Amino acid sequence: MNANPYLPDMATVVEVIEETPNIKSFRLVLNDEEKMRSFSFKPGQVGQLSVFGAGESTFVINSSPTRMEYLQFSVMRVGEVTTRLHQLKAGDQVGVRAPLGKPFPVEDMQGKNILFIGGGIGMAPLRTLFTYMLDTRDDYQDITLLYGARSPVDLTYQAELPDWLAREDVKTVLCVDNEYPGWEHKVGLIPNILLEMNPSPENTVAITCGPPIMIKFTLQALKKLDFADEQIITTLEKRMKCGVGICGRCNIGTQYVCLDGPVFTYAQLKELPSEL
Amino acid sequence: MERFITQDNLQRFTAALAEKKNVLAPVASGGTTTFRRLRPGMQLDFSRMAVISPKDATFPRNETLLTVQRYPEESGKRMELQEHLPEGEMVVIGCRPCGTRGKLVFDPVYETLAIKDPYYIRRRDGATFITLACARPETTCFCHSVGSGPADATGSDILLTAVEGGFVAKAVTPKGEELLGDALFEEPGARAEEAERNNTKAREMMGQAHDFSSAAEKLLKRFDDMDFWQTQSDKCISCGACTYMCPTCYCFNITDDEAGLVSRRLRTWDNCMSHTFTLEGSGHNPRSTKAHRLKNRMGHKFSYYPDLHGGQIACCGCGRCIKQCPAGVDIRQVVMAAQEYPDER
Repeated sequence: MNANPYLPDMATVVEVIEETPNIKSFRLVLNDEEKMRSFSFKPGQVGQLSVFGAGESTFVINSSPTRMEYLQFSVMRVGEVTTRLHQLKAGDQVGVRAPLGKPFPVEDMQGKNILFIGGGIGMAPLRTLFTYMLDTRDDYQDITLLYGARSPVDLTYQAELPDWLAREDVKTVLCVDNEYPGWEHKVGLIPNILLEMNPSPENTVAITCGPPIMIKFTLQALKKLDFADEQIITTLEKRMKCGVGICGRCNIGTQYVCLDGPVFTYAQLKELPSEL
Repeated sequence: MERFITQDNLQRFTAALAEKKNVLAPVASGGTTTFRRLRPGMQLDFSRMAVISPKDATFPRNETLLTVQRYPEESGKRMELQEHLPEGEMVVIGCRPCGTRGKLVFDPVYETLAIKDPYYIRRRDGATFITLACARPETTCFCHSVGSGPADATGSDILLTAVEGGFVAKAVTPKGEELLGDALFEEPGARAEEAERNNTKAREMMGQAHDFSSAAEKLLKRFDDMDFWQTQSDKCISCGACTYMCPTCYCFNITDDEAGLVSRRLRTWDNCMSHTFTLEGSGHNPRSTKAHRLKNRMGHKFSYYPDLHGGQIACCGCGRCIKQCPAGVDIRQVVMAAQEYPDER
């Protein structure tokens, strides 16, 4: 971050990956080589991406701090800024304000079983932590990933899925809502597949992110599986402008999602006024 | 340090100041009084409270944060980013204590250990406030209920009190003391006591203060009672006049404006009573109705902010939101209703 918190660092798009029909991943390198070398963040922190002339939006840094050749952001095309982002190609210039917000409590997760439950674009914030844990694998016990999307073409990170499935040190389960020709993995809604998998809450942390409706039923499923509120971690999304706790729109009561979040345990969320 | 200045000399003093610095002063025009950049020939209007406080002095309604210069592709040059930090000094004269104190609500948010908003801080540090004590509080005034009063000098550099034939000027800061060194200011003599008496009288006119101290807790207790919030917000038409008139409302939007090869990143006052304030790209909106939005506005000022910042209410009691509301929503009534509401329901 710069002394002027609104001043972005200029960055160059080095690669654009078409993940799904409406999601692209952008790999960026800060133009200032020294800044890129010393850039430091933790899994779960976010950044503001600028397309000058269109505006700025918040996205999680979904690459891992263990792999610093570039910073990766995955963007679903939904509005003005994201439409302009989707027009970018390698070599184009963007602005980056990062890192912002609080990360996943990675230190607290060491020595535990880790259960990732991602839905759709909600896989983006999980990807950073998942990749980080693969790179520091010995620090954790069993790692399980349940990742689902509406249909096979809606699954992001297709290039990485074969590796994740093939690895013996993690258990990866993929699912889609309905049967599709050629689909060899699970079929069904994420919360139902989760119940079917029946993971033990014993020494386990569950990390979930996805659309609100999926989160709602995933939380219910986790409670059914006897996960305590403190064992469930999620990361929130809100409309943000400043990203530094001033502009006043991402608050839930006294808590600012941009500053105090976006990562919250379910126990912390229950303490907040109900305004998700 | 206290001095006396006649009405005519205050006009002279201000006009001379305006030749050297930017001066923002209440000026009557078209039936209303608003703060305007003082130009030669303009007369100060101290007869009534200005419609909008001089919030622009420290937080302009629209400012350029950055500009970006692009170059044609064939030039091979990369785009250039430039920050636009404000420069220069500003003197605000004739604001009421409530308007001056508005900026005190900004301070703990715009300047923290971790984050310093250089745009706000530079403007604030470059501003001098010559405040006018209120002689005749209005029925919409409630500064005495939010920890202030009609002669509160907090946040001011000089406090003026109207007396027979002119004003007693009291220096509050060294910056104010320096200004009172001007030859147009005289020894106050017995007028100092007259000022004291006038200020006491104004405070007495306001009557009993309302105790908002239980509001922080009670508003949270009312959080999930949407019937209550629907009733309170029934009249609201989501126009946002309350937010734009408010000296303490500090929420903003950031947008880009593009013209040819130059784009500007702008910061503008924003309005939490608007549906789009929290509308997300997916279509989801955590504050989807005006009841949700009124709840957040009241909660922010009387509960969340005080919780985070040592009990200080984020309202200066100026009553502008009450006066300017086209639908007659009264912030005092809403918070009091939340306070009085039975706990068991």
